This record gives sequence, C-alpha cells and structure tokens, in this order.
Amino acid sequence: MMTLKQSRRLQSVLLGGLSWLIAAVIFFPIFWMVLTSFKTEIDAFATPPQFIFTPTLENYLHIQERSDYFHFAWNSILISFSATILCLLIAVPAAYSMAFFETKRTKSTLLWMLSTKMLPPVGVLMPIYLLAKTFGLLDSRIALIVIYTLINLPIVVWMIYTYFKDIPGEILEASRLDGATTRQEIFRVLIPICKGGLASTALLSLILCWNEAFWSLNLTSSNAAPLTALIASYSSPEGLFWAKLSAVSTLACAPILIFGWISQKQLVRGLSFGAVK
Amino acid sequence: MNTSTIPPSAASVDEKDQNKGSVTKPGWFLVSPSVLLLLVWMIVPLGMTIYFSLIRYNLLNPGENEFVGLENFEFFVTDAGFLPGAMNTLLLVGSVLAISVILGVLISALLEASEFLGRGIVRVLLISPFFIMPTVSALIWKNLIFHPVSGILASVWKLFGAQPIDWLANYPMLSIIIIVSWQWLPFAILILMTAMQSLDQEQKEAARLDGAGPIAIFWHLTLPHLARPIAVVVMIETIFLLSVFAEIFTTTNGGPGFASTNLAYLIYNQALLQFDVGMASAGGLIAVVIANIAAIILIRMIGKNLTDKS
Repeated sequence: MMTLKQSRRLQSVLLGGLSWLIAAVIFFPIFWMVLTSFKTEIDAFATPPQFIFTPTLENYLHIQERSDYFHFAWNSILISFSATILCLLIAVPAAYSMAFFETKRTKSTLLWMLSTKMLPPVGVLMPIYLLAKTFGLLDSRIALIVIYTLINLPIVVWMIYTYFKDIPGEILEASRLDGATTRQEIFRVLIPICKGGLASTALLSLILCWNEAFWSLNLTSSNAAPLTALIASYSSPEGLFWAKLSAVSTLACAPILIFGWISQKQLVRGLSFGAVK
Repeated sequence: MNTSTIPPSAASVDEKDQNKGSVTKPGWFLVSPSVLLLLVWMIVPLGMTIYFSLIRYNLLNPGENEFVGLENFEFFVTDAGFLPGAMNTLLLVGSVLAISVILGVLISALLEASEFLGRGIVRVLLISPFFIMPTVSALIWKNLIFHPVSGILASVWKLFGAQPIDWLANYPMLSIIIIVSWQWLPFAILILMTAMQSLDQEQKEAARLDGAGPIAIFWHLTLPHLARPIAVVVMIETIFLLSVFAEIFTTTNGGPGFASTNLAYLIYNQALLQFDVGMASAGGLIAVVIANIAAIILIRMIGKNLTDKS
C-alpha cells in the first residue's frame, strides 16, 4: 500500500517537474524580452547573456521620443476597437436569426462564411491595394477598420451563434408572448443573458485585430500604421537597439497577453468555431 | 426592424402558424448584412484579381493593358521563385502542423496526467506565445535568440565549446519553422487541453478499474475523444499557415535567394516591389486554388462535426 502511494507521488512530482520544464522553455523568449527591456543597451548585447544586472527604466522613458510610440499605440487602439464594435453590430443580428430562426440554408450559410476565411489574403492583395489607392485610403485607418471587420466577421458570427444556441428558445418565446419586438428581444433579453459570451467574443476580435500583420504592413506606412508596423520597422536598422526594441515589444504585447490570460477558456470556443467548449 | 411582432391576444391560439409565417422574414432580413458584406468582400476583389491576371498590367508602364491570356500564369509558374515558394509553403504548413499537433497532444496529456503544484501557472505560460504579435515574436527570435553573437543559443553553443550558428542565414527555413511553431503550438495546447478536460472522468475511472494502464487509456479513450478538436486545430492552423507573411518579412526577407520564400511572400515581392500587378494576381489566384483544395478537403472532413451539435 505504502509503496503504491509513494510511487504515485513520485510519478506526480516527475510529471509536474517535466511540465514546468517544458513551460519554462516555451515561455523563455517572452521572459527574456521583458528582462532585456530593463537592461541598458550594453547589457543587452553582452556575452554571455546577463541574468543579473542593474535594472533601468531608461528604455521605457525613451520609447516615446525615439519612435513616437503613442502615435502607433493610438492607431492600434482606434482600429481594433472600431473594427470590433462594427463587427459585433453586424454579427449579432445575423447570429440571432440563425440561432433562433433556423432554416434549411442556415448551416450552409454558416459553413460558407467559414469558407471565406479560406481565401488567402495574398489572393486579393492587388485589388484591395489598388482600390485603397484609388479611393485615397492607402495609409488610412478607415481601410484597416473595414478590412478587419470583414476578416473577423465569420469568426465573430460563429462564436455568437454558439452562445445564442445555448439559450433555451422558451425564454425568447415568453418575451415574444409579452409582445416584445425583435429589437427589444435582442437588446432586453438576449444581450443581457449573453453578456459574458459577447464580452469574450469582443476580446477575441480585439486580439486578432491587434496582432494582424498582413494588411497593416502592406496598406499603411506611417499615418495609420499600428504597433505591428512600428515593431516591423525595427527590423531594418541592424543597430544595437535591442533593449529599446524589447521595451517597445513588451508594451505592445502586454495588454493583449493579459486579455488572453483572463479569457483563455472562453477563447477556445471562438477559436474552434464552437466545436470545443 | 418591426417584423415578428405577434399581437399578444392572438398569440396562444395560432402561435405556431404565426411563427411559421414569420420565421424566414426576420431571419433573412437580419442575416443579409453579414452575408452581403462577405459576398462583396469575396467577389469584388476576387473578380478583379481574375481580371488583372489576364491582362498585362505593370504600374511602371501604365496604359499598356492588353489582354494576354494565360501569359501571367505561365510567367509566374516558370519564375525562379515559384518552385521553392510552393515547396516552402507546403513544408512550412506540413511541419508546423505536425509539430503542433503531436507535441500539443503530448503536452496536454502530460498536464492532464497528474495534479501538481502550479498547474494553472504552467498552463498560462504554455499558451502565452499565441498572444504575441507576429512581428514581435519574429524580431525577438531574430535578435535575442538566434543572433550569432549575442543570441541566447550562441551562448549555449559556446558553453558546450561549439561554434555558434548563424541560424537565419544558414538554416532560414528551419528557423522560420521554429518561430512559427512557437506561435502555433500554444494554440494547439489551448484547444486540446480544454477538450481533454471535457472527457468523462467516470469513463476514465471505469477503464482504470478494469485494469487499463495509462497508455491504453490514452490510446483508446483520450485520442478518439480528441479527433474533433485535432481536426479543428488542423483546419484553423492551415488557414493561417498558408499565408504566413510577417515572420518572413521581418526576419529573412525570403532569403538567402529564395530559401525561405513562401507563396505569400513571393506574391508580395512581385506585387509591391516589382509593381507587376498582372503576375502578382496570377500568383494570388494560384494561392487561392491551393487554399481551396485544402479547404474543400478539410470542410468535408469536419464540416459535419462543426454544425452537428446544438
């Protein structure tokens, strides 16, 4: 009896240790980035790499004057939030009617929406670029907002659809019997019930917009460029700016990383199109 | 906005009929904005791409837009970059898929195998890379990890007395596969771990009481349970991996030569650096066709799974 218990415990310690080791290896680049952001440029380039050093906030203090960080951060915020709100406004009614008024075509419509995600962006790069150029929307926030809304729409519709599907139809029928209009039904009944689901959908959309790097690199240069473009601009001058690069990167990733940690469980549903809960 | 209102008095009696009558109306009225937008988003650019791909169109020589048939396709396919580009695309998608699915299953099984101190923290650490923006992860790997002088791998190599490797110059494709896997393995772990938690514990316990070892349980119980989540991981990752761009753009610029160029990067190169709209469009269409072949196979495989629930 004792030996069995002991071997169980030993097994658990070994497996736990292995898990910690793997996690440490996978997380290391992020840890290293944050650590480097508190070094001086000389420490950042030192060999062998320094784990113990005098931390400095210098990099963070100089980010703004070196690269106009807030301009890019503001673009990221503005674009991500606008696209997310727009996307939710279009997706909620669609998900509502597909979840509660299912017809023969609902499933194929949903799958078709999913299939638009299969269109690789390079396939339509030229037309979108030229359209943006023709309408004077190159390097404008509007172009990115519209594109982000459209590329995230299928995922957002799917995610809200699966949340709505979980609501028993009787609740809606009851409200309908009380004479609620469609609009009232959505705003007074559905949205309050699905607050959590809608919030995590919005979070997912924000994360995807914030990190999108194909259209932002190809359609913006300076005016409307979000953080992804700012970071990419650090790739060309092969100078000794790694501490500053790390500081900018840490600032750019921190909010999204925290969002991700908070909502990891709910995100699974959206990212798997409702197939995994 | 105002349909589907049922007069309260008449409701109880012919509620069913009323519902049937008004079912499709609010439905299609409300779905149509989404459908219409996506339809326009798909058809207009795609139509333009098809048109551009059939004419001569270079932004450097405006005005000469005559119809050239399939010439652009011919040029694109015989371009020196096409074969490496196509091969690299397949290599990237294939190896990242294999790495993230196999390691993803093993790591999530490891985490589910036992209770240990700080499992929640381990979980958070494991999924974190997924939330890092692609340009950041590419540059962090390029400058802080892979760099032949001050990168962390260089010091590890030196520690063992070996000559540090210039990863991005000597093994560009391997390096990019490592970076992209680092981003997508956490996604697989996230999905698969959640799926494993929904596995019926009683079933597992019953199997254990029947004398099944951990490996038998994993093989006969856990893996079949994971079929659908794995299909989801494969599908979503394929969508994104077919058009990996930022990681190449910020690290190797597709080089040396075409060693780390994929189709997405090749088309970008053609379009925005050489201004050849016609050829870039032909390339874009080829990318669309490849993606659609993958999509049809994948949707056939799991489309049913995705909607058959409720």
